[in-house]
Amino acid sequence: MSMINYASREINCKIVYYGPGLCGKTTNLEYVYEKVSPNTRGKLISLATETERTLFFDFLPVDLGAIRGFKTRFHLYTVPGQVYYNASRKLILKGVDGVVFVGDSQVERLDANIESMHNLYENLAEYGLDPREIPFVIQYNKRDLPNISSLEELQRELNPHGAPHHEAVAMRGIGVFDTLKAVSKLVIKSLS
Amino acid sequence: MAAGASSWSFEERDFQRIDRILQAFLFDANARCALLVDRTGQLVTTAGERPEFDSVAFSSLAAADFSANDQLASMIGETEFSSLFHQGEKESMYLADVARRVILVVLFDNRTTLGMIRIKVKGVVRELAEIFNELFSRSAAAPSGPRVESGFVDEAEDEIDRLFGDL
Repeated sequence: MSMINYASREINCKIVYYGPGLCGKTTNLEYVYEKVSPNTRGKLISLATETERTLFFDFLPVDLGAIRGFKTRFHLYTVPGQVYYNASRKLILKGVDGVVFVGDSQVERLDANIESMHNLYENLAEYGLDPREIPFVIQYNKRDLPNISSLEELQRELNPHGAPHHEAVAMRGIGVFDTLKAVSKLVIKSLS
Repeated sequence: MAAGASSWSFEERDFQRIDRILQAFLFDANARCALLVDRTGQLVTTAGERPEFDSVAFSSLAAADFSANDQLASMIGETEFSSLFHQGEKESMYLADVARRVILVVLFDNRTTLGMIRIKVKGVVRELAEIFNELFSRSAAAPSGPRVESGFVDEAEDEIDRLFGDL
């Protein structure tokens, strides 16, 4: 639900990073936080447990600056990945404009990816949304690890509808900005 | 491609009406500052003393706070908690639902009382609800929701490339 505020001349768009536990959603945001210039981004807010697992969400606002007189900003959120935090995940999806699904490429996490993708479809459906109709990008993370599924297998299992996808190693920043660029452009297009 | 969800827009005249209402409320209630935050965590407007904190982060947390409490309400068989109160040593905050779409956050200190805030919030919520209901039905009636002017998308895409391109 992008909000166009003609009074303060602001456009705010909400992008949510979704995916199974420990797939690298927070790592994506941390890398963005580290790399973009401090005058472009706000504070990184993390509501995490003592063991640094996301409890509710991480939040990072990124400013595009003034575009045609409108201060344009992306609000990046992550959801908690663990299965039992579904109530929180649902809340974070409220008003979402674009979704990044971060998949964990490791073979043993394939089922967790599939479960999380189903969960995403279900939770979006509660808001009347369908990933096939909204800005949606898939990131296959941890491509540097030895025991990973092939890209073909991941595509077959997680991306039958052919959403744009990117391979990534979020810990080293590989693919992080390609993903963010892809989803933010789709979100911007959806405003027109 | 369809937009992510029903969008809404907020115009200068909406802002002026809302600002008048909030200013009058702050004066009557002797509160320091009022923020309107939409349920997705975006700041709509502020009135009164300028917040010294990061209002963008504050808005996302306030919306999350309210949403989490909504879920707690439903677990105990309530449809909602229409207001929340957080008490601090010097500063306190009172959050109230407006038309199920927006949250009014009032910051106040010991120059006023919770009772006074509570009484005055009731009236201001009614007035704001009228405006927001009107505003949302206007957005819903618009055939394709708010639109940006031509050239916006190209310019924004260039900016995205420039900002995120070499990182």
